[in-house]
Formats: sequence, C-alpha cells, structure tokens
Amino acid sequence: MGWDYTEKVKDHFLHPRNVGRVENPDGVGEVGSIACGDALTLTIKVDKAADRIEEAKFQTFGCGSAIASSSVLTEMIKGKTLDEALKITNQDIADFLGGLPKEKMHCSVMGREALEAAVANYRGQKSPKDHEEEGGRMVCFCFGVTEEKIRRVARENRLETVEDVTNYTKAGGGCGSCLDEIERILEEVRAEAPPEKPKAAPAPRKLTNIQRIALVNEVLDQEVRPQLQKDGGDLELIDIDGTRVTIRLVAHCSGCRAAGLTSIWIQEKLREIVDPAIVLEVEEEG
Amino acid sequence: MKKVIYADNNATTAVAPEVFEAMRPFFTERYGNPSSIHTFGADLSREIERARAHVARLLGAEHDTEIVFTSCGTESDNTAIRSALASRPKRRRVVTTRVEHPAVLTLARFLEHEGYEVTYLPVDGRGLLKLEELRAAMDENVAVVSIMAANNETGVLLPVEEAGHIAHEFEAIFHTDAVQAAGKVPVSLASGAIDLLSISGHKIHAPKGVGALYVRRGLRFRPFMLGGHQERGRRGGTENVPGIVGLGEAARLAVAHAGEEQGRVRLLRDRLEKSLLAISDSRLNGDLERRLPGTTNVSFKKVEGEAILLHLNEHGICASSGSACTSGSLEPSHVLRAMGVPFQFAHGSIRFSLGRFNTDADVDAIIEVMPGIIETLREISPFKD
Repeated sequence: MGWDYTEKVKDHFLHPRNVGRVENPDGVGEVGSIACGDALTLTIKVDKAADRIEEAKFQTFGCGSAIASSSVLTEMIKGKTLDEALKITNQDIADFLGGLPKEKMHCSVMGREALEAAVANYRGQKSPKDHEEEGGRMVCFCFGVTEEKIRRVARENRLETVEDVTNYTKAGGGCGSCLDEIERILEEVRAEAPPEKPKAAPAPRKLTNIQRIALVNEVLDQEVRPQLQKDGGDLELIDIDGTRVTIRLVAHCSGCRAAGLTSIWIQEKLREIVDPAIVLEVEEEG
Repeated sequence: MKKVIYADNNATTAVAPEVFEAMRPFFTERYGNPSSIHTFGADLSREIERARAHVARLLGAEHDTEIVFTSCGTESDNTAIRSALASRPKRRRVVTTRVEHPAVLTLARFLEHEGYEVTYLPVDGRGLLKLEELRAAMDENVAVVSIMAANNETGVLLPVEEAGHIAHEFEAIFHTDAVQAAGKVPVSLASGAIDLLSISGHKIHAPKGVGALYVRRGLRFRPFMLGGHQERGRRGGTENVPGIVGLGEAARLAVAHAGEEQGRVRLLRDRLEKSLLAISDSRLNGDLERRLPGTTNVSFKKVEGEAILLHLNEHGICASSGSACTSGSLEPSHVLRAMGVPFQFAHGSIRFSLGRFNTDADVDAIIEVMPGIIETLREISPFKD
C-alpha cells in the first residue's frame, strides 16, 4: 500500500506548524490513545473579550496524515472566534489538505474532536466526545467507539457503507465482530436523514441512488417547474437511471423554440445542485 | 531521481544482473512453447530442466523432479495445502501458526468456512514456536501442518524440521513456507521431515511472477491449476520460460553466495541493529539468535511507524513497518500482536531487511538519519515521558 498523500499533507507532515503546548492554555483537548495508534493534544489561548482563538498548538502521536491534520487544524483555527472555529468540519480539514486517502479520514475526525474538546474545556462544558464516552453504548471495543460517535460522524459525513464508518471512526477495524451492528446503525441513520434542502453551492458529495432520486425530484419541483409554469409550460419526470435523468417537456414548452435552451438550463441546475455528472435527456412528446 | 537506499529485501529484491542476462534471450528470440513438437519450442524443455536442477540443488532436494514451478509463493502455498488436504480426505483438521504470511493465513481462514478446524499455534514474546504446543495440538484428525521456515516481519526462524517429524508421528503431511528462508539459511530436506516446501523467485533476485514448490517423491499430489500436461501434470499452464530460467539462475547464484548471507550481510545487519538499539526506548522484535541474517525489526516507544517510513522516504531509504497505518488495517501487524509486543511499541516498529546488494554506505546512511527522525517525531508527540 503506497502513500496517496497530497503535497500539502507531505508539507505539513515534514514541516509541522505550531508544534508544542501554548503556555498556560485556556483550553486543552486530548483525544486518541497510544493503543489506538494515534493521539492528539490541542492547546488554545483565547482572547476572552473577543472570544477569539489567539494561539493554538498541537502535539501528535500518529502517522503522516494524523500529524498533517493536526498541523493544518492549528492554522485553520488561529484568529477565528470559537463559534467560527466550531463550524470547521472534519471534511474541511481534509479539504484544506487537498484531500486525504479515505482510509485516513479518521485523522481528520480526530482533529475535529480535539477542537471540540479544547473549546468545551475552555467553556467549562463537556465536549460531544465526553458525552458520547460517558453516556454512550460501546459498539467497537477494539477502538472504544460508541454508537453515538458512529451516528454523529455518519450523519455529518453522509457515510454510506460500513467501510466508510471504519475509515472515519476506526470502528470495526479491529476484530470485526461489530460490523453487523455498524451496518444496523448505519441503516437507521440513513433512514432518519431526509435529503437536505438544495443549497446554492453545496460541497461535492457522493449520493446514493435513493438520495439522488429524491434530490432530483426536489430540484425539479421547487426550482425548475415553477419557472416553466410561469411561462405556461411544465415537465414530467420519466426516469432516473444513475446520473441519467430523462424528462418530457409538456404543453407550452415542448414546441417552444427555446426548448433546447430550457433543457440546457435544467441540466445545469441539476448539475449544480445534485451531481456534476448528471446528463439530461429530453423525450419528444408523443 | 535521488539515490535509493533499498533496505526492504524481505518485500522484494532486485533482479540480479546475471539473472536478467540469463532471461533475456527467452523473450524475443527463444520465445517458443516448450510443449510444441518443433525443436524451436521443444528445445526450451532442456532450459527448464536445467533451471529445475539448480532449484533442486539450492533446496537440497534429492531428485530434480521433486520441483514444480509455479507463478509465486502464494500459489505454491495454496497448491501445497490443498493437495495435502486432498490426500488425507478423511481428516478435517489443519495446524498452522499465528504468524504465517497471509498466503497461508487467508487460506486457513477460508478452510474454516469450508468446515475444517484450524489450530493457530501461538509464539512466545521472541517469536519462537514451542514444539510442545505443536505436539499438544496434534491428533489423528490433522491432515496438514503448515509452519513457515522464517518469518517475513521479524526474520525469526521456526523449527520446521522437528515440527515435520512431529507431524509425521500422526501421519499428517508437513508443509513449510520457506519463501523468506530459501537462499538465506539452510532448510534441510534430507531427513524427510518436510513433504512440501514453497519458495518465491522475487525474494532471491529472480523476477516476480515465478515460484516453485518442492514435493517430496512418493507424496500423493493433486494439482491446483488444472490444465495441460506441463510440469508432469502437476501444474497446468504454459511454462513461464523466462521466469523459470531466471529462477534457475537465481538459485545457482544463491548457492554461490550462500556464505555471504551468513557473513557480510549478517555483519551489516548487526552493525545497523546495534545503532538502532542505541536510540533510547527502542527494542528488538524477535529472537536475537534464531533469525535470518539480513533482517532486523526494531520498535521505538511512542513513535508511529508510518511516520518513520515517511521521513526515511524523504531520504530515499526504503523500509517497512508493522504499524497499523502500514499494515493495511487499523491494528498493528498480526505477527507483533501474536508476540505480545506492547501497543506503545507495536505501532512504532520498523523492519530493515538487507541483502546481497546492500553496502556499508547504505547502512551508514540509515544510521545517520534514524536518530534524528525518532527525535523529531518524539518532539511533536504528546507522550513525552
């Protein structure tokens, strides 16, 4: 297995920024353990008046991507208010590094957890991780991963397979005896999550077929058809096969000379919101 | 490209120049099929038989016909164990060890699904196998015992000859994966303790894609690859003539260089190992004595192995690690776990495996950078004390 690391990961691994502990830290976040193979201690100094992170340093035991994720995290949070910093997701950390190999996504999750823990520590609260560890039911005993953590990470990252869950949380990566259980939890998470409202500029993501179909429907109903109806037209959704969407333009639209332009506009809309790989096919009426 | 210092010879080796030269004519000039009736093809059989004789000599096989060419060590292992099971059809048990190569372990787990009962023998903290454990595991229901001759990660040697005799007391068939041992340490076939023995070409300076299986004369054998009559019906498929010629030449060279492994290579390894163990909080994984001459596996406390490899890579140095991040799973290597290496050491293991082409300068280069790498990584670790 070779290293599929970006130049940015290599740079932050070989030249880590902000190594160490800040003096008299206001917040400390400690996650991971030697047994698990990686651990991170994040210390922060907070400008209390502005609620802003003045300084952040890290100490990490772990592989190349764990060190790079920690280093980049300190760069990302410095100067941010605590609330701004807490908006940083593990995906943001991975994106900032130009992506991480999927087996290494748990390194970005560890970074995010350390951040939450440090902020919670400063605020005198419990971090989500503490809640999960205290109240949570342990699913993966090899790596000490609770059901709550699996649910949270799966939800936040829209995880689709048990393998994804292992890549992001390590759960199931040891003896494997909890894999069926993870599958069950994942099914529940998927069932509870309604397709998100289409956003103006959503982050690229992988959709399941079901999610894609739901999202296409939503975009057509909310964004496209109202526009067509204004002009006295409409469309019918005929089929969705993977990324191939087949529609029929009806009434005013079908014979309209601008029909070609209309279908390009619809395709662009779908590509923008649903999936850049969408190909729209327009069936002739009759 | 910057100079590469290759210290990962248990992973694979460079094709020796003599091997490459020996193979060269068999690609574009003498490309015939040995099964053909015309002399252009049929003459190649003689080349294959010459290679077979070299391999037989390397292994100390009594008869050349005891050597069957395969495509790799994994095929040899699969062939051996499947054949042994077929020749003891009433027996439903397999005995192996917890430290085998995946070529054997994965098959063993698969056999469990097929209804075989598999016993995985433990090893001690130094990676050694206790023969009492084997004896205790044996009964008349064991079809095959498969124990590696030398471990790929630690280089630790297992007592295969004695193990073979114990297997025979129960009329079980004995197989050994000698992929790492062949050409480096003597594995004796003379006493008849070993029925089946696997080797791989690319670990002994032949190319990838060729291996061999020793099958003791008189042993019932069932082929794994069904096909033509090649290899006296023991392995179907047109012979990999260049590969086989290469393996033959590599075997000849291994015999010629046999003293070098135990001499020069061992000295290089010892010098490297001594300096690695001089770094604070380090430990040797594996028995000090009963080991391959070129392999050293050292752990550094509270440092992660992949991070060490990445730094070494920056210096053009190639090595391996048993850390979780490099084992392709999330746990440290099964070998280190079987040995009970504590987690704070298991994640920080690093294996250097030296061979014929390594020089004093290679070892100097490694010795020069390792202390700094460990120090750098300990600097940024939260577990300083």
